[in-house]
Amino acid sequence: MNSGRLLNIILGIYVALIFCFVFAPIIFSMIFSFNSQRFPTIPLGDFTTEWYEKIFADPDIWEAALNSLIVSSSAAVIATFLGFCTAYSDYRYTFRFKGPYLALILLPPTIPLIIMALAMLAWFSKIGISGQIYSIVIAHSVLTAPFAMAVIRLRLNQMDPDLEAAAWNLGGSEWATMRHVIIPFCKPAIASALFLTAAVSFDEFAVSWFVSGLNKTLPVVILEIVQGNIDPQVNAIGTFVFLISMTLVVLAQIFFASRQLKSIRS
Amino acid sequence: MSTPLVVFDKVQKHFGDFVAVKELDFDIQRGEFLAIMGPSGCGKTTTLRMLAGLEAPTLGEIRLDGKVMNDVPPHARDTPLVWQSLALFPFLSARENVEFGLKMRGIAPAERKERALKWLEKMGILEFADRDISTLSGGQKQRVALARSLVMEPQILLLDEPLSALDAHLVIRMQAVLTDLQRELGITFVYVTHSQSEAFAMADRVVIMGDGKIAQIGTPKDIYREPANQFVAEFVGRNNILSGTVTSLSADTAKIVTTSGEFTVPITTVALREGQNASFVISADLVHIATQKPTRGNAVQCRLISEEFVGSMVTLFLEDAQGHEFKVQMQERELSKFDIKGGTKIWLSWETQTAHILNES
Repeated sequence: MNSGRLLNIILGIYVALIFCFVFAPIIFSMIFSFNSQRFPTIPLGDFTTEWYEKIFADPDIWEAALNSLIVSSSAAVIATFLGFCTAYSDYRYTFRFKGPYLALILLPPTIPLIIMALAMLAWFSKIGISGQIYSIVIAHSVLTAPFAMAVIRLRLNQMDPDLEAAAWNLGGSEWATMRHVIIPFCKPAIASALFLTAAVSFDEFAVSWFVSGLNKTLPVVILEIVQGNIDPQVNAIGTFVFLISMTLVVLAQIFFASRQLKSIRS
Repeated sequence: MSTPLVVFDKVQKHFGDFVAVKELDFDIQRGEFLAIMGPSGCGKTTTLRMLAGLEAPTLGEIRLDGKVMNDVPPHARDTPLVWQSLALFPFLSARENVEFGLKMRGIAPAERKERALKWLEKMGILEFADRDISTLSGGQKQRVALARSLVMEPQILLLDEPLSALDAHLVIRMQAVLTDLQRELGITFVYVTHSQSEAFAMADRVVIMGDGKIAQIGTPKDIYREPANQFVAEFVGRNNILSGTVTSLSADTAKIVTTSGEFTVPITTVALREGQNASFVISADLVHIATQKPTRGNAVQCRLISEEFVGSMVTLFLEDAQGHEFKVQMQERELSKFDIKGGTKIWLSWETQTAHILNES
């Protein structure tokens, strides 16, 4: 009983520390985004919304935000579609070289981003599609598809293996079964995959920086501002980027967790 | 006599080198309740899946209503299956589950709903129509699964061990539901099970399968009293099997000498020669016990090893002097007239007519 309580306290402290390490820098960045002083020092200066006004007035930042939005939503849709197809083909079929096929699909996240980015740039320039907004979309789709695949594959694993055959047995063709059984069953995982891949794409810097050309995304613009000088605008943009990715990840988790709970209950 | 509904014509099913079904050659009649029974791995589920089109026969032909079905995909057949796992769609309500097949057939929403509700009512679960599947009990899910198949108004219903997940008291209830439905609808039921009590309680005919082949087809009574061969006799259980040599033959009986003694066995269809080996069975419930040596033949003295008490029935397990096992099944209240316990010597005997010769195969 007692040792259980002690363990709870230790675990509580452990979780608090983790939160501290992860969130303290972000919270400081948020605080400094409202600080009137140019340099992030303590004591703080006056409260100001100057930096926010500045970024809202900056057309470059608006453009980057729009680019980021287009890239992350397109990449999320493409990656989730690819991830679903891969997950389903893995679930449904056995074929020659399936092992290497799956390994290849899960490979991108294991490659160091900088290498990936260089390779993408070299390849895109070679075939003449570098520096376009769709270059980033393609690169991000490749990069994030494995995440979508993993989330959807997990869901398919929970499916009663007879469910699909039951739909055929009741007169459903392959396509009708896909539409009325497989996709509805995977819906929470598909939603979760969409948000997760959007979040990864929205945050991604290295690949975007290499292949974006003039179509910069938000993380690329942030770096360029920091490279020039120290500018508290970065804190303001950072706060927005953080809030958006956090929202996406939390939404992904909600879809993920709610179906876990549901499957435990039933 | 009408033509059979289903014909299995020399059907075989191979999975790579493994032969799941070695040779199936039998008919299913219109409107009969047929049970396919056998130990796990005997090919009974494969047989059912071939009928539903989920597996294609490697060799041979399956005909449904005279039409060759080998290459007809599952969704183009009218052979709804009630799954062992039930395979209800978890993201649909009970009513939507029942409507699923009608939706696939392109039937209008209003008619779908009406027909689904009619079947839910018939199965006594109308009040759960809009409930989530996960909130239903095992017995209620079972009824949804049945309604989902029967709403298609098929001429044949396939059932793959549908009761195996239910509690014992629910199994008995569902057996009654199934037999009543089958009689009322007059459609053919093909029921795969490993449970002898389910098969014998419900089926008109039982197919016993072993090792990918049919061991015997017959009414439950035929199979119980007159097993065709040793496999069936052992699978059905509660049988005493004796083997020995035929020493003399008369017009309608044979004398067979076994390690347990000499017995007289009626000759039925099996041709016997003197000197050949033969096996015969006596159902455990047809063996009498006595404390004194009985006057009739076919008696053997045994020692009681153990007893198994199931409700009003008791099964005694005994051994003769040579260690051959015998089983006797009787009413508990009859057994209580005797004073026997472990190790007690008692005499077993049976009427000649109750013994049954087995085919050697």
